[in-house]
Amino acid sequence: MKTMKKVMSLVLVSVLTLSMMVGCGNTETAATTWKIGGIGPVTGDASVYGQAVKNGMELAINEINEAGGISGVQIEYNFQDDECDNEKSVNAYNALKDWGMNILVGSVTSGCCIAVTAETAKDNMFQLTPSGSSVDCIINDNVFQVCFTDPNQGIGAAQYIGANGLATKVAVIYNSSDVYSTGIYEKFNAEAANQDFEIVSTSAFTNDSKSDFTVQLQQAKDAGAELVFLPIYAQEASLILTQAAAMDFAPTFFGCDGLDGILAIENFDPSLAEGVILLTPFVADAEDEMTQNFVSKYVESYGETPNQFAADAYDAVYTIKAAIEASGATPADGISGICDKMTGAMTTISVDGLTGTGMTWAATGEVAKEPKAMVIVNGEYTNLQ
Amino acid sequence: MSLISYVINGISLGSVYAIIALGYSMVYGIAKMLNFAHGDVIMVGGFVVYTMASGLGINPILSILCSMAFCTVLGMTIERIAYRPLRNAASSLAVLITAIGVSYFLQNIALIIYGSSPKAFTSVVTIPSLKLADGALTISGETIVTIVACIIIMVVLMLFINKTKAGQAMLAVSEDKGAAALMGINVNGTIALTFAIGSALAAIAGVLLCSAYPSLSPYTGAMPGIKAFVAAVFGGIGSIPGALIGGILLGLIEILSKAYISSQLSDAIVFAVLIVVLLVKPTGILGKQIQEKV
Amino acid sequence: MKRLLQSKETKKTLITFGIVIITYIIVEILMLCGLLSNQLQGLLVPICYYVMLAISLNLTVGILGELSLGHAGFACVGVFTGTVFSICMQNVIAASWIRFALAIILGALFAGIVGILIGLPVLRLKGDYLAIVTLAFCEIIKNVINVIYLGKDSQGLHISTTDTTALGMEPEGVVIIKGAQGVTGMPQDANFTIGILLILITLFIVLNLVHSRDGRAIMAIRDNLIAAESVGINITKYKLMAFSISAALAGAAGAYYGHNFNNIKAATNNFGYNMSIMVLVFVVLGGIGNMRGSIIAAVLLTLLPEMLRGISEYRLLIYSIVLIGMMLFNWSPKAQAWKEKMKVRILGKLKKNQKEVQ
Repeated sequence: MKTMKKVMSLVLVSVLTLSMMVGCGNTETAATTWKIGGIGPVTGDASVYGQAVKNGMELAINEINEAGGISGVQIEYNFQDDECDNEKSVNAYNALKDWGMNILVGSVTSGCCIAVTAETAKDNMFQLTPSGSSVDCIINDNVFQVCFTDPNQGIGAAQYIGANGLATKVAVIYNSSDVYSTGIYEKFNAEAANQDFEIVSTSAFTNDSKSDFTVQLQQAKDAGAELVFLPIYAQEASLILTQAAAMDFAPTFFGCDGLDGILAIENFDPSLAEGVILLTPFVADAEDEMTQNFVSKYVESYGETPNQFAADAYDAVYTIKAAIEASGATPADGISGICDKMTGAMTTISVDGLTGTGMTWAATGEVAKEPKAMVIVNGEYTNLQ
Repeated sequence: MSLISYVINGISLGSVYAIIALGYSMVYGIAKMLNFAHGDVIMVGGFVVYTMASGLGINPILSILCSMAFCTVLGMTIERIAYRPLRNAASSLAVLITAIGVSYFLQNIALIIYGSSPKAFTSVVTIPSLKLADGALTISGETIVTIVACIIIMVVLMLFINKTKAGQAMLAVSEDKGAAALMGINVNGTIALTFAIGSALAAIAGVLLCSAYPSLSPYTGAMPGIKAFVAAVFGGIGSIPGALIGGILLGLIEILSKAYISSQLSDAIVFAVLIVVLLVKPTGILGKQIQEKV
Repeated sequence: MKRLLQSKETKKTLITFGIVIITYIIVEILMLCGLLSNQLQGLLVPICYYVMLAISLNLTVGILGELSLGHAGFACVGVFTGTVFSICMQNVIAASWIRFALAIILGALFAGIVGILIGLPVLRLKGDYLAIVTLAFCEIIKNVINVIYLGKDSQGLHISTTDTTALGMEPEGVVIIKGAQGVTGMPQDANFTIGILLILITLFIVLNLVHSRDGRAIMAIRDNLIAAESVGINITKYKLMAFSISAALAGAAGAYYGHNFNNIKAATNNFGYNMSIMVLVFVVLGGIGNMRGSIIAAVLLTLLPEMLRGISEYRLLIYSIVLIGMMLFNWSPKAQAWKEKMKVRILGKLKKNQKEVQ
């Protein structure tokens, strides 16, 4: 046992020294390329979102590099795993700093993003989150969002249902352990009071019990709901649709941008999603050339249909490109210099991306773009109206 | 009417827990170890059927049999490589930690092979759902198959243990390893057999779980695994009818507390009931009381 | 003094303290020279936290001899009481170190109380059953915290279990706990020096307990409950003492850790059974009952996945293989025998060489 301890201590010391050497080797390199870092969960429960962002970023960066980079400067790219854990997310941020990152895309999930913003604020590092949708993500001046903030989506959904008279009795099923879902639900609930419909049943589920929805559906059915609002992600929604079909409950299902991956779930029976309405800025079946190009390249490279996370990440990279070009920043400006220039430029640029045309940003970091209402007909997304 | 449908759903969920709990319970009873990797074997079983039935278009029944065979081999391999060398270790905690390592290993291997995006699992059940009381009450085919499968497995397993030589050997090993070895029982072989049966059951549980809740990802098995473990303790770990009772009770409590108390706190309520049960009856509902001798 | 130093146990204790202090000095020097990477600097606080958790769990597992799978739950209690206190007192107590010290004490106190409340009924269970009940408690704590919404305005504190709007706060009020989103906006007071101080305090408390009369009583219970009972040791009292001290220390660690981030939430990965098991891995790998081993294992296993960042998705796969490998190598009787054999052979060769030289 004693020798073991010694061996262990020895390994420890060598690991420490090695990592330190790695650390100082990197910080001393002169910045001649853009080093864009990404943070998100690549392993663990939430890995589906992190993987999508990673792939979307990679695709955009490869495209830009092939076209000659940003104003002739190539981009280097590094994506780090955070397992959807705040501590790991900060660790990933520090590791990226050692690598020499000068712009951050991330973190993917809201909680991690909030934890990382505290660190980027200290370093004055420019941060653009593709999918951290909580309002707390953008309290600092150096952080911008590509996705909608949750309150906007909640209010938008309630107004859409009210204005179009989709239903008079509405049920809500949301994920109480998810920031995205609760954020939308709260605003939806508040806005519903001003609208012409009534919320007859509200039920939540948690990350630990997200396979059985029979209870929530039964409650909605008993309350006579004509429409079920699902501010949740596609995986859980696919289960809800299957279980609703099994119990002969067929209201209108209405979702937000989290739902858009539903037709892309491998092996999913699209007939179950017939008639589902969703408010989303991105659908993989859109006819425009940009989306089609993106989707075909994505399928070719990663073997699956991209979801809204991948699209947001793709747009994030192009937004960074636009902001750099507008501000005239160069890698030599240093982290803080780049951030100051780009923060100034963000409010002036307008980006045509996959998730919206003419996206503009407010100084608060919030994006202005229009969600589209889509309905699923014959297994395809169709524009509503 | 909704109460009846809650109860049916609870029994259906509970039956899945019960089959998983059986694997936990048998392994614990015989090898005296908490096999935390059991939940992940379920996930592997699900993926094998998914690959064969949905990917290659092989007959579902054949896929299930292949999945059972695969999981059996997997279970025995895990036992041989990771657990057996630690059977006589100074602390029983060592093998618990290795089991956790195996659990991480299986999850991450699946993540690398299949990626992180969840797959929709095509139900292997072709029985149509049963409509009662003019459509107010619907029992899905999956529910019926799950409950029937659970009962059949339970009966077969009881017969196997009580009527066959190998089953008797299992009982003997669980009672006293040393004495069993002296009576000429191959202890290592018996324990390997237990892992084989437990893993084959895990494959069935995986198929049933994914048919009832058709979403499959590398982390599908983790939470049902923990809950089934709780179910096994509930009923008295090591006891086969105990696993059945524990599983079904757990399913019922979970669904009913979701329906009538709070859908967010249902897990907390399940765990609270477990604590109360253990405080009143420290070895579970059907567990054996063992008096410690001086 | 001389006599004290001669005692073998005191010597061991002093060596453990020495290792911690020397590590601290080395790291501080490296940091001053700018030789420490950002990644490692960022890891210092989490490492201190895991070391404290490992030491405190070792008190339950190694000294008391009871398996607990709920240690992260106590840390969770510490995190939330500590951070909520700090946020409330941010404008009241100006000196950050007093506020932070109070937050840590409060975290320890609350976790200790929860430890007593849980320990009283469940410590009469044995072995694996105790493990399951502690796991259940850990999950309950996590679940309950995830439904709590807590806000503060001029009227005082508001609490709700539904959502933020149900708090009914004035517009300028702040929401402190937002259900599953956790606590946001605590002062980031934690640093490495405080962490090392807390590790030393934790070590001091645990080692002192172990070497005291009470500690011997606790170990007597571990070694033979019936014999201990028969010589008049109050089983409940001593079991509860070890368990609640262990819980309180975990709470202090949690309060410290909570002040390292801007946001902290109670998820399965950080305060659920997964983390409890992770801490147990530190203890078992480092040697049950061996405090120094726990410290080394906690540092090593926290660094390992971070150092493997270069291989991306394969990181946790490699980690799991290393974990299984280390367990087999450290614990299996065959590997033990092989190590003994190798030791004899190497020592034998060395002696032979020495003789030849002479």
